[in-house]
Amino acid sequence: MKNQSLRQRYAIGRIFHLVCVGLTWLGVFVLFILLFHVSREGVAWLDLQFLDSFPSRFPQKAGIKSALLGTVWLISFTATISIPVGVAAAIYLEEYPKRSGISHFIEINIANLAGVPSIVYGILGLVIFVRFMGFGRSIVAGSLTMSLLILPVIIIAAREALRAVPTSIRQSAFALGATHWQTIRSQVLPVALPGILTGVILALSRAVGETAPLIMIGALTYVAFVPEGPMDPFTVLPIQIFNWASRPQDEFHQVAAAGIIVLLVVLLMMNGVAIWIRHWAERRQR
Amino acid sequence: MIIETPNSSVGKLNAQEILQAINVTISYSGNPAIDNLSLSVPEHQITAVIGPSGCGKSTLLRSFNRMNDFIPDVELKGRILYMGEDLYSSEIDPVEVRRRIGMVFQKPNPFPKSIFQNVAWGPSINGYTGSLEERVEKSLHQAVLWDEVKDRLQDSALELSGGQQQRLCIARALAMEPEIILMDEPCSALDPISTAHIEDLMFELKLRYTIIIVTHNMQQAARVSDFTVFLENGRLVEFGNTQEVFTRPKEKRTEEYVTGRFG
Repeated sequence: MKNQSLRQRYAIGRIFHLVCVGLTWLGVFVLFILLFHVSREGVAWLDLQFLDSFPSRFPQKAGIKSALLGTVWLISFTATISIPVGVAAAIYLEEYPKRSGISHFIEINIANLAGVPSIVYGILGLVIFVRFMGFGRSIVAGSLTMSLLILPVIIIAAREALRAVPTSIRQSAFALGATHWQTIRSQVLPVALPGILTGVILALSRAVGETAPLIMIGALTYVAFVPEGPMDPFTVLPIQIFNWASRPQDEFHQVAAAGIIVLLVVLLMMNGVAIWIRHWAERRQR
Repeated sequence: MIIETPNSSVGKLNAQEILQAINVTISYSGNPAIDNLSLSVPEHQITAVIGPSGCGKSTLLRSFNRMNDFIPDVELKGRILYMGEDLYSSEIDPVEVRRRIGMVFQKPNPFPKSIFQNVAWGPSINGYTGSLEERVEKSLHQAVLWDEVKDRLQDSALELSGGQQQRLCIARALAMEPEIILMDEPCSALDPISTAHIEDLMFELKLRYTIIIVTHNMQQAARVSDFTVFLENGRLVEFGNTQEVFTRPKEKRTEEYVTGRFG
């Protein structure tokens, strides 16, 4: 009797294990089908000419240069804006003793903002940055909008990283007569840095793939020039891909596939950098 | 200055008093952890604070260098005088207090940096302009760690053994050249040999520094300290010469505790 119930429990365990394995592979499998499909369509179109040409009416001549450089511009500016603001906010919320309800209020708002759909940020960007502040459909307006979008993610990731720093490190720094700033600067931030950077880069890769808010603020879909300054109009990879994919000609769908490969490579490179930074910083600490 | 305390044994202290607590009450969110305690700590002696868990030993110790400031809702009434100056007066900068009164924690907590940087950081952030190398070497000598680490100063402090890490933490505190060193159960995470190392070290250190040590280990208190404070439920039960407290305690509760009948 006893044995039978034990066997039953083992059976349930095995079934659960199999279900988990199956569902994990299902996700991976779908991803591989996608990758396979995209590469089969796009690889043939992927060459230097594709990387070095502007969009064109003719699929043979179409290239991704303006979108790729637009993405680089946008991400550089987004990083410049969002990293200092996000990390500073995280330090304020995590390292300084809580006064009043204000920081609690900020915390709740940040958690909520992380869940706001990106199109809403687009509307906000359109009203505030494009129209009210008069930046037009420029890289600056796009970067500010993107910064708003990823700030909650950066703040939450940076707070997690700061929270993971053992309290004992802060205490021993304080006990040596360090001021708050000296403690944060020399002991807490170096330990939290790998975590913060990983969070930042993951947030930035989200910004790379984001389309909706940029369409909302009016990033152009057909850009036959390279942006030369922060006030220039621009396009980015996902918008260009969307544009090609919505054309009726079959060749353009294949061009879109090639664009997707470029986008994926950019994302993989950013994740690679995140992994590399984390290893580098962790080795330096040991 | 002689502070009147409920306990007559204080009067027998003839060493100079460096730290005095006068009617100190410390409460967390209104609950007192230390209740109207008065105490005088003699200079260049080792004073042990003993008592059952939760009696307020650590709270008391941390009030001496204002480490309680970081705990929210903590409130201190009464006065703590360091060389006659009230540590809690509004003119005193808590950072300055911690420069003069160092602390060693229960668990060895070196910074995740090199051995050298661990010791050098304190002086360097406090505007020390002399040779950091000399200061580091001197502090490591004082902590009897120099011979073990002199060839690997640039290695990570985390590669040291637990006992070495704790001596490094002591060296780190010594590098600030404090007057008083507070030790919060410094040996509770260490093996007996490392514990013996640290106890030997304390005898050397007391020539130059005043040491206040919180300990759970009665034998340790009896071995290393000159004076013993026995706390229970946040109240000072007995304070006096260690030998007397352990062999001829005045209070019944003290006798019961030091003979291991409770706690």
